[in-house]
Amino acid sequence: MRRLASVASLAVLAVLALLGGCGEPEFSDAEKKTIASLALNMLPALKADTTNQYADVPAAAALGSTLFFDVGMSRDGTVSCSTCHKIDRQFQDDLPQAVGVGRTNRRTMPLAGVARDPWFFWDGRRDSLWAQALTPLENPLEQAGNRAAFAHYIKNRFGERYERIFGPLPDLSAVPANASPLGTEAEKTAWKAMPAGEQEDVNRVFANIGKAIAAFERSIEPAQTRFDRFAIDLATGAKPEGDAAFSAEEILGLKLFISKANCVTCHNGPRFTDSSFHNTGVPPVKDLPPDRGRADAVTQVQADPFNCFGKFRDGDAGACRELRFMVKDGQQLVRAYKTPSLRGAATRAPYMHAGQFASLDEVLAHYSKAAAAVEGVSEVHPLDLSDRERAALVAFLKTLSD
Amino acid sequence: MRHAAHDVISRRGTGLASIWRYILAGLGLAALLVGILAVVYLTAPHSAPGPDTARSKKTASGLFVASFEPERGVIRQGELQSWLLTLKTAAGAPVEGAAITVSGGMPQHNHGLPTSPQATDYLGEGRYRIDGVKFTMSGWWQLRFAISAAAGSDSVVFNIVL
Ligand SMILES: [Cu+2]
Repeated sequence: MRRLASVASLAVLAVLALLGGCGEPEFSDAEKKTIASLALNMLPALKADTTNQYADVPAAAALGSTLFFDVGMSRDGTVSCSTCHKIDRQFQDDLPQAVGVGRTNRRTMPLAGVARDPWFFWDGRRDSLWAQALTPLENPLEQAGNRAAFAHYIKNRFGERYERIFGPLPDLSAVPANASPLGTEAEKTAWKAMPAGEQEDVNRVFANIGKAIAAFERSIEPAQTRFDRFAIDLATGAKPEGDAAFSAEEILGLKLFISKANCVTCHNGPRFTDSSFHNTGVPPVKDLPPDRGRADAVTQVQADPFNCFGKFRDGDAGACRELRFMVKDGQQLVRAYKTPSLRGAATRAPYMHAGQFASLDEVLAHYSKAAAAVEGVSEVHPLDLSDRERAALVAFLKTLSD
Repeated sequence: MRHAAHDVISRRGTGLASIWRYILAGLGLAALLVGILAVVYLTAPHSAPGPDTARSKKTASGLFVASFEPERGVIRQGELQSWLLTLKTAAGAPVEGAAITVSGGMPQHNHGLPTSPQATDYLGEGRYRIDGVKFTMSGWWQLRFAISAAAGSDSVVFNIVL
């Protein structure tokens, strides 16, 4: 009897404690699960790229690294990949639009974790990291070169290193100094005059340049942040100590990120991106050419001779499922752009595909208001965030940079 | 009530202490019950009942019975996966030679599918491989199948909640 009474009193005390909110948890179990799914330790090992048999060959990555930083890889000898993808700036350039030989119409993307993307560029107009690396080399506003000139340059400058990785270079003695199907009128004419075998020889060397650069870029991975330390402690039930402890504002920001503000819908997983394309009503930039995002990119990636279906792919076509099952048309592609990773975003303004917003606060003001898209339909609904909530979200996003 | 009980106890004095214990225990258990109910109520999700997530169902006009399962058993968000669509007639015979098209999206997000899944292989016994399925975010997804076979044309919608 006495025992029954004391058990009952203990139970009463326990219930009172629960209802009274002593030790009220900061996050529900569902929220904890979402937070855990964002932590860097959830990032799986980088998958092999069977379309690039040199992807994990150290000598290829070393040559790729040389080429990445070599300004000789451009028409006028002043621009390399690293001109815009700056190694000490998260491999981006802090500019609203990248500037190579000329000013482009898109923001330089950072490279951490890039090898995990199914699609490349803001609009996904390339389907592999090595095919992506080739595109700026011939873009007149970026490196502005041409593939015949690159083949000669590789042979003269890096011939031995190239051959140790890729085997013998072709005979380029009959290949014009400058020729490309995408170049100036003179370069296009020179390209058309080349026999098919020569064109393929040059294309093969060109593809291998991309494969070497891609092998190097595979090593660029996101680093652990304060958020990850906090998330791992939360998941293991440890009390976050030191810089892993979040302020009340950062906790509010994280809560908003995964609930009311809906950020985590698209910015999901350990890279904070769904690797997909969305129209979020970001306005166009005055005096840039019309930009329809993914809607135009699907045609470009299908026409690319270096895409996964093309003859320069290594391995079998089983690796081409992203291209095979790509959405090719429909309203949802219009002005849709890739969800960028938010890791490191706080320290790399400006934002969006053409640097439309100068600060994270401007980004949040845009999502809070959710103005209609100029073309296509925005997927964003108004959030009506208060000033305090916007500041909290910014505070949280900064924990992904520290 | 409590007043009355208290009065009774005061009048009868300590001889009835065991009854007092009974009452205290009863009150304690009642409080515990109320507390548990309150906690359950406060933490239960208050969303409306979700969509029907049956993996096997009759097609819209009842021509076929369709089942839809991930080929490798688990759904992995963000990965291209193949699923199996199994078609039987209402009488239970496998449906062969069906032409199948796939569409869908997220009804609450106003967007379609991030990929274009296709029926890529017929595996026998009414089983069709639907490859290129990818769910890029959590929430309520719908996949609609338009099915055309010797018995006629029909459609079916499967709800998948991640
Ligand atoms: Cu969605």
